[in-house]
Amino acid sequence: MCQEANFNLGEDVMEAFKKGYEQEVSATGKEILQILIKNAEIAREEQVPMCQDCGYAVIFLELGQDVHIEGGDLYEAITEGVRKGYTDGYLRKSIVSHPLERKNTGDNTPPVIHTKIVPGENLKITLAPKGGGSENMSQIKMMKPADGVEGVKNFVIDVAKNAGPNPCPPVILGVGIGGTMEKAALLAKEALLREIGSKNEDPEMAKLEEELLEKVNNLGVGPQGLGGRTFALAVHIKTYAAHIASLPVAVNINCHAARHKEVIL
Amino acid sequence: MTQIRLTTPLTDADVEKLRIGQQVLISGLIYTGRDAAHKRMVDLINAGKVNELPFDPKGQIIYYVGPSPTKPGRVVGSCGPTTSYRMDPYAPELYKLGLKASIGKGKRSPEVIEAMKEYKGVYFAAIGGAAALIAKSIKSAKVIAYPDLGAEAVHEFVVEDFPVVVVNDTLGGDLYQEGIKIYAVK
Repeated sequence: MCQEANFNLGEDVMEAFKKGYEQEVSATGKEILQILIKNAEIAREEQVPMCQDCGYAVIFLELGQDVHIEGGDLYEAITEGVRKGYTDGYLRKSIVSHPLERKNTGDNTPPVIHTKIVPGENLKITLAPKGGGSENMSQIKMMKPADGVEGVKNFVIDVAKNAGPNPCPPVILGVGIGGTMEKAALLAKEALLREIGSKNEDPEMAKLEEELLEKVNNLGVGPQGLGGRTFALAVHIKTYAAHIASLPVAVNINCHAARHKEVIL
Repeated sequence: MTQIRLTTPLTDADVEKLRIGQQVLISGLIYTGRDAAHKRMVDLINAGKVNELPFDPKGQIIYYVGPSPTKPGRVVGSCGPTTSYRMDPYAPELYKLGLKASIGKGKRSPEVIEAMKEYKGVYFAAIGGAAALIAKSIKSAKVIAYPDLGAEAVHEFVVEDFPVVVVNDTLGGDLYQEGIKIYAVK
């Protein structure tokens, strides 16, 4: 899974590159989109990582409540899978064991694992390797309810503007609105998993996504920040109930190497 | 767009003629280094041990990259640029010692832009995330210092027509700001 995610860029991203290429007004921007398509093709054909930053192994588990796992520790098994995938696949090991001591663990472990218990008898594992450059440009803000939708829009646009060329545009913006601080951040990351080109189920949020996409692209940042109208390929929003006092908003940025791989057992 | 060919080592004259937005193809030796290697290099400079640096920065180019491991039978792993601002606290010291260019992606600090004006240096952007493609312009690669840092070790690359764009020139120009001016919708 680790190797497949890093070698084979999803068709939805490839389609978005092509659409961006058609629409981009800057000649340099067009050229960059073409190069990114070519890069993804090389990675797929030669089975090499599309980006040298093979990411933090972020894993979303959906564990059916009727499933009983025997014979060992599930998290250890996943960690072993990451270790093996990153080692055997010649993927870059980008994890340090302590944020301040900063010694590389040498095998890209540990992963970050988010687990959800759901009805049913399946186990769904989604791996989303996450690059550091775009993660570093992500932000969270605890807004006031009075800031409302305008406040949310301004914050998302500010995050995009501040990020500029740094997160390897064209990017995907995952926006989490509501919940508590950590819930908003998780919503934003989950929003990145949605297929590009799919519509938000909430019609109001679908409209907001379209408006934000237009606004961030109108900043003029463009592919790689060299000028143009394709800063973002998509804006995805996820919402959750909020406290009467709170309006948390998180923006998680994903670079164009929007990798994920899913299996259902 | 005009395409310029440069071969390392570079002189002041080589970089002084460059202007933002120009596409440049680099050939010759370039050196790699990112966060941890920069910290070690600048610690050496601050301790007065310039002669212990992994390479003499004079006339050279440093590429901010941590390649993925090399698959058997290949020259190098995937190796696109990392975000440059993390090297901003260290970069002026290297330009001061004669470094002529750095390659990365993303914005530089006013201090780095000032150092490039003062010591005649430039900043190039390579295409972030185009790592499998960029690897094709690297003809040989070896680790020359800090192997304990893994992907962050200092490598010496021999490159041929390595494609970059001039983002900051010796006049203090900034392509990222100019690009936005042209394409922003008011």
